[in-house]
Amino acid sequence: MDFEDTAEEAAFRSEVRAWIKANAPTHLEAELKRANFGSNGVVSEDPIAAGKAWQKKKAEAGWACLHWPKEYGGAARTPIERVIWGQEEGPYAALTGVFTIGHGMCGPTVMAWASEEHKRKLLPPLASGEHIWCQLFSEPASGSDLAGLRTRAVKADDGSGDWIVNGQKIWTSGAQHSDWGLLITRTNPDVPKHKGLTMFFLSMTSPGVEIRPIKQANGASGFNEVYFTDVRIPDSQRLGEVGQGWEVSLTTLMNERLSIGSGMSTGFPELFRFCMEAEIEGRPAVEDAAVRSKLAQIAVKQSGLKYTGMRAISALSKGETPGPENSIGKLVAGAAMQDLAIFALDLQGEAGVVWDDESPQQGRFQAMLMRSPATRIEGGSDEILRNIIGERVLGLPGDIRVDKEVAFRDIPTSGRAKPK
Amino acid sequence: MNLDFSDDQKLLRDHVRRFLSEKCPPSAVRAILEGPESYDKEVYRGLAELGVLGAAIPEEYGGSGLTHLELCVVAEELGRVMAPVPVSSSIYLAAEFLLAAGSKAQKETWLPKLANGEAIGTFAMSEGQGRTSPEKIHAKVEGGKLTGTKSPVADGDVADFVIVSARDEGGKLSLYLVNLKADGVRRETLESIDPTRGQARLTFDRAPAELLGTKGDGWHIASQVLDRAAILMAFEQLGGADRALEMARDYALERMAFGRPIGSFQAIKHMLADMYVSATLARSNCYYGAWALVSGAAELPVAAATARVSATTAFQHCAKNNIQVHGGMGFTWAFDCHLFYRRSNALALSLGSLSTWESQLIERMSAGNAGAAA
Repeated sequence: MDFEDTAEEAAFRSEVRAWIKANAPTHLEAELKRANFGSNGVVSEDPIAAGKAWQKKKAEAGWACLHWPKEYGGAARTPIERVIWGQEEGPYAALTGVFTIGHGMCGPTVMAWASEEHKRKLLPPLASGEHIWCQLFSEPASGSDLAGLRTRAVKADDGSGDWIVNGQKIWTSGAQHSDWGLLITRTNPDVPKHKGLTMFFLSMTSPGVEIRPIKQANGASGFNEVYFTDVRIPDSQRLGEVGQGWEVSLTTLMNERLSIGSGMSTGFPELFRFCMEAEIEGRPAVEDAAVRSKLAQIAVKQSGLKYTGMRAISALSKGETPGPENSIGKLVAGAAMQDLAIFALDLQGEAGVVWDDESPQQGRFQAMLMRSPATRIEGGSDEILRNIIGERVLGLPGDIRVDKEVAFRDIPTSGRAKPK
Repeated sequence: MNLDFSDDQKLLRDHVRRFLSEKCPPSAVRAILEGPESYDKEVYRGLAELGVLGAAIPEEYGGSGLTHLELCVVAEELGRVMAPVPVSSSIYLAAEFLLAAGSKAQKETWLPKLANGEAIGTFAMSEGQGRTSPEKIHAKVEGGKLTGTKSPVADGDVADFVIVSARDEGGKLSLYLVNLKADGVRRETLESIDPTRGQARLTFDRAPAELLGTKGDGWHIASQVLDRAAILMAFEQLGGADRALEMARDYALERMAFGRPIGSFQAIKHMLADMYVSATLARSNCYYGAWALVSGAAELPVAAATARVSATTAFQHCAKNNIQVHGGMGFTWAFDCHLFYRRSNALALSLGSLSTWESQLIERMSAGNAGAAA
């Protein structure tokens, strides 16, 4: 039981620390520390350009995509070295948030399924931050039930072998900045839903691709809708076999859930500071018994997530695979953040209704309140995460699926539809 | 970084688990619940013979001279099987009080006997209803004689001696060691929500009491020892939470309703997933506590309260939902669900209630050693 680095880890850490100290854009540090939901916090210059510049600098020095093989622009480092790099990068990691989906999900999928030629062409510019990638999976009618997606790809009738895509994707983070997209489509509606899917990658500047920002419930626009109208994709940009798209998508989604030791924040440090300063009947709020009880319950969640991450890092440090306990992170943090925001507003009394972005306290919890519903849905809803824990960790049987053996085109599409 | 037990400690865990699965099955816990005995003497003797009672007691006092990490491992195993033995009173508390504040003679007299199970010690603080605080302690020592009533005292019905918090002649809180076989001591066994762990009322009428530690230092010493005991107790609670979760999971796989295993219904599956979340958070917080316990970290008080709050919450959550998953069968005397439910709620109160520890956690964090928990 210790939190110490091994000698090799310590040497690596000091090398990383020295390089970051000498090379990081320190003039942006203060802005980055204010990073919040979806933006990297940079306002004094173009935030995307600043992110690309930092990624390029890292790539040139051999610090980009540490876990990727060198021939694809990575550094072939161990998982524990990747964790240490992340710890040392600290606030500067927010700069390159726009690459998270590309590096974390699209890249590994391309690596697992693309031809060698495509890998050598696509991965190095993704690693170096020259290209941004997005993931085109969710649709208005298929979120948790991703395999129910309807975007159609059909073979062009001109004998070119190309595919023609029509349909709509939604909740696409960073589509407006992206050069490439990873796209899952339906190529055969006559077989059960999981069997008729095919994965492609495409240039986001392809004719017929239209990107529209979504105005979210909190008023912000971090996500997009992407429309496809007769978009032509060469067959050479197919990943996996025709009909193998579901299997390919699992590579992507497995990587989504692999982020280790990130210690998702519940917002507890902010709430604690607030309770030290706020007053209840002339006394600091933190002295009130009900406040203490509530704070303590959130504190042990925050602390539990932190040390769960450290247990995973301990496993990596020993060259072991971390256990399933990391699957709890977003489930705990999302709900805690929402609960915490409601509690913070309650402590503000009637004034809690005011959303004043100029006042750091009066804006932060209001923003958290309005953003937290999304945290409980994006990247796997609370309910999907509980299914995953129940089925993959605890070994419980899957639910009965009434559409499993039914051709996709025969699956009912409305709860109000009359049975045939 | 290595926030985990060592291979040797994991071997010890396997060893203790094997011993307990053989010697302390649910029927042994039931024998205490339903029978006249207050604890399982054979299991207790066996633990002494394995050397685990004295795991954290130095060899010069008859212990095994290992560390508190080994004791954490043992505590988790005792919690899993709800062992009906006075380890928490005798080892997490009495032995720790002696190690923290005992004189050489007191240590030499009692520690070897605690380690080999020949004697049982306990700690008595509460004097009745409500959260324990210094003002509520009225027991008094005058001229080396203790007068007052302590209730409830865990294992007070079977202990050989007790460490008592009482007022000295100057009215200050001090600690005293009282031999319960002496004159002037009356014990009554109390009915409790968990008869598998004995509770007693101790009444002292001019019973001989010897000072333990410095005069007037009683509250301070007790706080320190209670923090250490809270981490060990949290491991017991963690073991109980894990076992209650496993029991519920096994039943959800086996029990059929509406033509399918009930574990395939999301209402049940999600309940079990949430129990897993609680138990996982508790495990990580317990490891943090274990680290603080052996490293002598300045943040030990925060780590102790964190582990304790998290483990109490997890055990109560898992034990009550274990009954829910079992449905009506879970509320029968014949099923073991109520044993976990009883134990989870009894342990939630020993060493101070959940709300007391919640309050202490936040008080300690505001006092400044919040760094690690934030």
